[in-house]
Order: sequence, then C-alpha cells, then structure tokens
Amino acid sequence: MNRQLVGYGLLLALMLVAPTLVYPVLVMKILCFALFACAFNLLIGYTGLLSFGHAVFLGTAGYVAGHSIKVWGFPPEIGLIFAALAAAALGWVIGSLAIRRSGIYFAMITLALAQMMYFFFLQAPFTGGEDGLQDVPRGKLLGIIDLADDFNLYYFVLAIFIFAFWLIHRTIHSPFGQVLKAIRENEARAISLGYDVAKYKLLAFVLSAGLAGLAGATKTLVFRFATLTDAHWHTSGEVVLMTLLGGMGTVFGPVVGAATIVTLQNELADKVGSLVTVIMGAIFVVCVLAFRRGIVGELGALYKRITGNR
Amino acid sequence: MSEIFGIPIQAFMGQLMLGLVNGSFYATLSLGLAVIFGMLNIINFAHGALYMAGAMLAWMGLNYFGIGYWWSLLLAPLGVGAVGVIIERSMLKWLYKLDHLYGLLLTFGLALILEGLFRDLYGVSGLPYSIPEEFAGAYNLGFMFLPKYRAWVILASLVVCLATWFVIEKTRLGAYLRAATENPRLTQAFGINVPLMVMLTYGFGVALAGFAGVLAAPAMQISPLMGSNLIIVVFAVVVIGGMGSILGSIVTGLGLGLIEGLTKVFYPEASSTVVFIIMAIVLLVRPAGLFGREK
Repeated sequence: MNRQLVGYGLLLALMLVAPTLVYPVLVMKILCFALFACAFNLLIGYTGLLSFGHAVFLGTAGYVAGHSIKVWGFPPEIGLIFAALAAAALGWVIGSLAIRRSGIYFAMITLALAQMMYFFFLQAPFTGGEDGLQDVPRGKLLGIIDLADDFNLYYFVLAIFIFAFWLIHRTIHSPFGQVLKAIRENEARAISLGYDVAKYKLLAFVLSAGLAGLAGATKTLVFRFATLTDAHWHTSGEVVLMTLLGGMGTVFGPVVGAATIVTLQNELADKVGSLVTVIMGAIFVVCVLAFRRGIVGELGALYKRITGNR
Repeated sequence: MSEIFGIPIQAFMGQLMLGLVNGSFYATLSLGLAVIFGMLNIINFAHGALYMAGAMLAWMGLNYFGIGYWWSLLLAPLGVGAVGVIIERSMLKWLYKLDHLYGLLLTFGLALILEGLFRDLYGVSGLPYSIPEEFAGAYNLGFMFLPKYRAWVILASLVVCLATWFVIEKTRLGAYLRAATENPRLTQAFGINVPLMVMLTYGFGVALAGFAGVLAAPAMQISPLMGSNLIIVVFAVVVIGGMGSILGSIVTGLGLGLIEGLTKVFYPEASSTVVFIIMAIVLLVRPAGLFGREK
C-alpha cells in the first residue's frame, strides 16, 4: 500500500513539473485523451461493453462547450459542466438504445448512432460544418484566473483530470463497480442473482459518456476550437486503440496508451503524412494478435512473474 | 410533364433508381457480413475497405495492365478473396477461441491499414472509371430514362445475392456450411474439413465485397474513403435486418436503399441519417431485428 502511495506521489510530482519540461499544450492534449480513454475503459475494461462510437461524446461536448462559452458567454467552468451534462444526456439516449443488444451488435449500434450524430453536426448551423467552431475564448476561471495563459490552464486541466481519475477509481472500487465487473464476467449469473443488469449497464454508459464529454469540453478549451474530427469514427477507433495498447481493464493502461499514441501522432504527423493511419492500424493488429493485455497488463504480469507472487 | 406528390416523375423515379443502386450495394455487403458472421462469429470491419480494394483493383487493372471491366469483374473479386484467405489463415484463425470483440478490433486495424495505404498512394480526391461501352446511354421507358449501367448494377447484384442464397440453402455444400455454422465440432466429427470451410467462407464473403466494389467503380467516384463511409450504414442495415436470414439481408438492403432514395426526394436533409433513425426505431420495437432470432 505504501509503495503504491509513493508511486502516485512520484507521478503527481512529475505531472506538476511536466509543463516546464515539455510544451504544455501537448501535455494538456495527452491529459484530455487520457481522460477520454479512462472513461472508455470504464465500459470496455470493467463492464465488458465495447462502444465503437465514443467519439460522439467527445465531439458533442466540444461543440456544446464551445458554443455556450463563445456565443452564450458562459464562464469556462460552467461551460465545462454544462457540456459534460449534455454528453451524459446524449449517453443516456444512445445507451438506452444500444443496451437492447449485446456483444458485437452493441458495438455496431453505438458506431451507427455516433455516425448519425456526425452527419447531424455536419449540417447543423451552430457547428460551422467542415470549418469547425473557431475562436472559442478560454475566459477566466471563477472570474479570477486568466486561462489564456498556458500554465494556468495546464494546472486547471490537471485538476480536472485528477478529479475524474479519482471518480473513476472510486466507481471501480465501489459496490457498484463490483456489480459491473460481475456483469462483465458472467451476465447471466448477475441477472440470476437479482441485479437489474440493464440499469447498471446504462448507468455505467451514462457515466462514461459524461466523463468523455468532460474530456471533449476541456479539449475545446485548450485548443480554442471544436471540429468534426472529434466526432468522427476515426477518433472512436483511436480511443479503442489507446485503451487496448495501454491495457484494457487496468487503472493506468488508458493513460499510458493515450500518452503513447498522442506522442506518436505528434512525432509522426509531419514525417509520414497519411501513413500514420497505416501505423495505427498495424499497432491494432499487433496488439490483438500478440499483446492483448497491453503495456500495463504485460508489465504487471512480468512483475508478478519476477516477484513470484500470483 | 406528369408529377407525383408535386415532384416531376422523372426526378422521382431517378432518385428511386439511385436508391435501388445503393440498396444493391447494401444488400451485397450485408449478405457478405452475414455469411462471415454465421461461420466465424466475427463482424468483418474490413468489409468496407475490401469493397474499396475491389474498386481500386479494377482501376489499377485498367490503368496499369489494360484489363477491361468484364475481366475486372471476375479478377478483382478473386484477388480480394485471395487477400481474405491470407488474412484468415495468418491472423483471424488465432482469434476464434477468444471473445468475438477481438475479431472486430483486428479487422478494424486491417481496415485502417488498407485505407491508409491507398490514401497514401492515390490521395482522397477520387479516381474516375468510365462506364463500359455496352452500358453507355439509357433506356427510354416512356415515363423515365433508365441509365443502362444502373439497371445492370441492380440486376447483377440481385443475381449474385440470389445465387448465394441458392448455394447455401439448396445445395449439399450449403448444407455442410449450415451444419458447420450450427455445430462445428460435430460437423468435423462427420469428416468434413471445417477449418477449410471457414477459410473459404471468409474468402467468399470478402470476394462479394470486392465484386460490389467493381460494380461501384463506374457508378461512383473511386476513393480510398468510399468503403468506410458505406460500411457504417451497412452495419445499421445489419442491425435492422438481423443476421439470421440470407433473404432477409437482401430484402432489408434493397428496402433501405429505396427508403433512402425517397428521403432524398422529400426531405434531403435527412437522407444521410434516415437509415440510422430507422435502426433506432427497430431497436425500440423489435430489438432482434426484422428477420433476426432472439438468442
């Protein structure tokens, strides 16, 4: 337990000094996608539901945050909360439809409904279509702290990330989280034990959608714009890849995966152009064939083998 | 000029025909998905990318080797099928004992690779492929002009779909296939080479996608993205129809194409979303799909 605390402490210290070492906007992007992947992992890793349309929550919240802050003049913190709630509401609608089927159908339904929202955003007047929603002001946090400064914003984003990470951690280790794991392991048995499985799945879906939305809203604040890319199925695929690469069902896996993929894309973007997609696809294939526990999962297994405790 | 619901009959029938053309692609692709799913329990996300590869192969054949449309219609599906066989033997076969979701993830990765490669080679702007001479022009049906190529697409897809139905439901090979779908172990115990059938099923399923790709080549712009946009709609079609019945896939595909065409006439803003809306309604009313069986 103590060792774990030391680990968390070191990680926190690293995150606190990170913006002095690396370009802060890049670290914020990593944090946003890490939060997005953690929210996604809550579904795939702990409930066994593969949502293939999670980008829709990222994208929707991005637009809602951008529109409410830019056009309606919401302060940033209210805009973020409003956007996360909007994503959660959309999650409730999409979730109620998708949980009517399970397994592969669940994945296809979430993908199809996300695509429907994508077409909606493409045509809706407030999103700016292909150009996106530009020039979203960052505003002042609580009316005092100027978020236009990258460092101020960084610590705000870090606080959001830590809060959400803590929330997910609490959810997983709560009785509610235990029921989710039971559903993942054996849905039929969970039903026979008297749990209303549909309700648990839906609640997990709404929570995951809301947190994905928080990530999307934060991302809009960081980059000052919201675009269609965030709602595209490519982004849905990316979050699956991040979680798979880092390790599904592990606490830190999605964070590691998100950091790896975002850094990789950042490094490769101007070197190989559209071959980035090929590399992402290749990582997918390798992960599925040889590496299903992901980076964190494999390291954990290795650690256990070395220390000999199972 | 006669009108129907205040719309010139010419434009109305034109959109209906376009809807049927799209419906033919939906039917052929969802049929392939259903056949693969029945045997391998895998949803082939690479289906759209392989459809695109079919169209691309036809274009490459014409521009690099001078292979015409008719030969492409035969060779490109064979090529795509061969790629499918390689994929099945080298990758998919290791996943059968795992959760079905891994098959989806693997084929998604393959789709990204294919799409990225072709995008790197040819860009996203779309390549032209001219309509074969035999099908240039249109039939004058009196009340409308029917472009010959559209008629051919619908006819060819219908024939291929019905032939597939016939082979699976009415022949001995099909009986083996259905038996292997029901209970692979028992079927193998009777001396039928099930792994071989699995391989051929996947090869055949993706060859159907390649065939649809060649059919699509002259009808629409060939672009690396043509598959991924289509496959998501086809997923919705599969959810609506359910994957239980072959004829069900064909009927659902054509029907949804028609509805999409009608939407384009009456409320064009919704034409890209109507299939998804229908999917949502079907999920509310009949979650197993129109032709599906509740498991």
